[in-house]
Amino acid sequence: MSTQGLLSSLSRPQLDRLLCGDGLGIVIPPLVVRVRSPISVVADGIERLYADHPLAPQEGAGFCDFHVAVQARRPWFRPLCVFALDGRQPFTPLAQGEAFALFEWGLNWCVTSHCHQWISLHAAVLERGGRAVVLPAPPGAGKSTLCAALMLRGWRLLSDELTLLEPGSGWVVPSPRPISLKNASIDVIRERDPGCVLGPVARDTQKGTVAHLKVRPESLARAGERALPAWVVFPRYERGTALQVQARAKATTVVELARNSFNQHVHGRAGFEALVRVVDACDSFDLRYSQLDQALAWFDALEPP
Amino acid sequence: MTNEVFRLQDNAMQSLLNLLGPAPQPQRLSLAEWDLVVRQARRANVLARIAALAQAHGAWDAVAPAPRRHLASALALATRQQRELCFEVAQIARALQPTGLPVVLLKGGAYALAGLQASLGRMVSDVDILVPRERLADVETALMMAGWVHTNHDDYDQRYYRTWMHELPPMRHLQRGTVLDVHHALVPATARARPSTQRLLQAALALPGQSGVRVLAPHDMVLHSAAHLFHESDFAHGFRGVVDIDALLREFAAVPGFWPDLLERAAVLGLQWPLHHALRYAQAIMNTPVPPGAVAALAPSVGQQAWLHRLRDALYLRTLRPDHASTADAWTPLARGLLYVYGHHLRMPLHLLLPHLLRKALRGLLPKEKP
Repeated sequence: MSTQGLLSSLSRPQLDRLLCGDGLGIVIPPLVVRVRSPISVVADGIERLYADHPLAPQEGAGFCDFHVAVQARRPWFRPLCVFALDGRQPFTPLAQGEAFALFEWGLNWCVTSHCHQWISLHAAVLERGGRAVVLPAPPGAGKSTLCAALMLRGWRLLSDELTLLEPGSGWVVPSPRPISLKNASIDVIRERDPGCVLGPVARDTQKGTVAHLKVRPESLARAGERALPAWVVFPRYERGTALQVQARAKATTVVELARNSFNQHVHGRAGFEALVRVVDACDSFDLRYSQLDQALAWFDALEPP
Repeated sequence: MTNEVFRLQDNAMQSLLNLLGPAPQPQRLSLAEWDLVVRQARRANVLARIAALAQAHGAWDAVAPAPRRHLASALALATRQQRELCFEVAQIARALQPTGLPVVLLKGGAYALAGLQASLGRMVSDVDILVPRERLADVETALMMAGWVHTNHDDYDQRYYRTWMHELPPMRHLQRGTVLDVHHALVPATARARPSTQRLLQAALALPGQSGVRVLAPHDMVLHSAAHLFHESDFAHGFRGVVDIDALLREFAAVPGFWPDLLERAAVLGLQWPLHHALRYAQAIMNTPVPPGAVAALAPSVGQQAWLHRLRDALYLRTLRPDHASTADAWTPLARGLLYVYGHHLRMPLHLLLPHLLRKALRGLLPKEKP
């Protein structure tokens, strides 16, 4: 696979030709994905955000976990795009400007509905010094902003959306993909790191304005290294509030993780026990913040239990 | 003509059919072949079955690691679904106690609870049960008392189901979210044949160790599977239907008198034509062993002209496959479209069918789930 080179070695016409033809195979750890799309926004996003990813072997030469397509619909009036996995279209079409975001959301769906070898949690997860912090939170709680800021500060990104737990061992399998930033947080992150690479901006989506932040090369390079969780932190951004941290009871943390899990039930008792083991080995907290720097300083001071 | 064994003449499904057949050889597949098989099988909802069969044949370790994790994932989901199914069936049996009726399971639920080969790696997303039509109101009341409700509040759909279909609109449990289909007949009321539900229920077999739960007798189980498949209009699970029938026929062939009983029963219930199609296409696609003369004996139930055979083969052999680009040709969309209309035509007379399809088409323009 290493002989295949990186995606950045392709010229834009080569990239376009693959995306419009047989498909572009990309190693997106822990998966290999082949994507086809005639839509230029998708090519833009992939070119910018997946530049450092290795290319997968050509079509017909190896195994891809998922063959996905973002297809164009209704070109003559308010063009739309649809996500397809082998002809199955799980979502309603979106405006074509959202095509790259749809690709990212579609990949999330591939994992949550087809990869039951892991327990998938709706949570960001990052690592420092060999231990991981899991950040489960409902949309709007500021999880992605915090996650992006932690990555820029040097924490290793394991995932912004999907914490993949190995049911037997309780280790987190990294799946570092671009971080989905929404609305004001796009500018917040841009100000913190003017050199950061952002993908296409999708306006007026259901989640407002969305843009994806490129994963730091260090996080991608170490995507093969699993990490053991040490902390579960439920963040909540509240305008104007001072930093408040409250230790959480383990029992409610397990319940909350289960609630944030896409497929814990598939694993039955083993799934429940895996969550219990994770929480047992972790300190867990509720964190309210308004000043990102205060929150980051608190994370820096975290000691493993 | 009808004795001629028709075979699929292409290679696109060779690996898939080998893995679903009686002697799977996963060690023979290259990674590129796995790449295609996993996609076809995922689309046709048989990925977990491939996993279960590989395990049952001691060939699990011969599955390459990259595809193996997808097989394991699908099997984990199927295993979980079957586990939930067992719980759900017990709950339904309890809910029906006041009516004095047993739970008579159909389709995947029956295969699983009866421990049939067809249940290996079989996905079961809902439970199907059969009840006497005259007790339908009691059953509905008893189920509602136990928490199953109708989720479809569209008056048109409710009336459509209740007037024309052989089942109630799907019921969903308030707390567990599980889906239950209550059938009162094997095929829609307007279908050509009207097999007697009473006869099926009379012949249903109790399951050892599971009081209040029954499954159809072997011949009836096959006939239901066939009738269900060939009254279908949406063949999204058509290939899986053939896989089911293949597994049932291979297993029941060992039951003494199964084949003569099956043919006789098909005549009594007026289900000869679906059985004819089921045998013909199971044989053509899955190489299912069918005794010589069985298809010929059923032939009078279907049009005999050579062009009709060719037309049916052209339509069904395209449609009873995974709905995947690799197993389609230029004619596949037309074949699926024609069988879609034909399936509806089997259920409703034309003067009702046209407005119904128009209505569905218009409603199809409205949005579905957002990502």
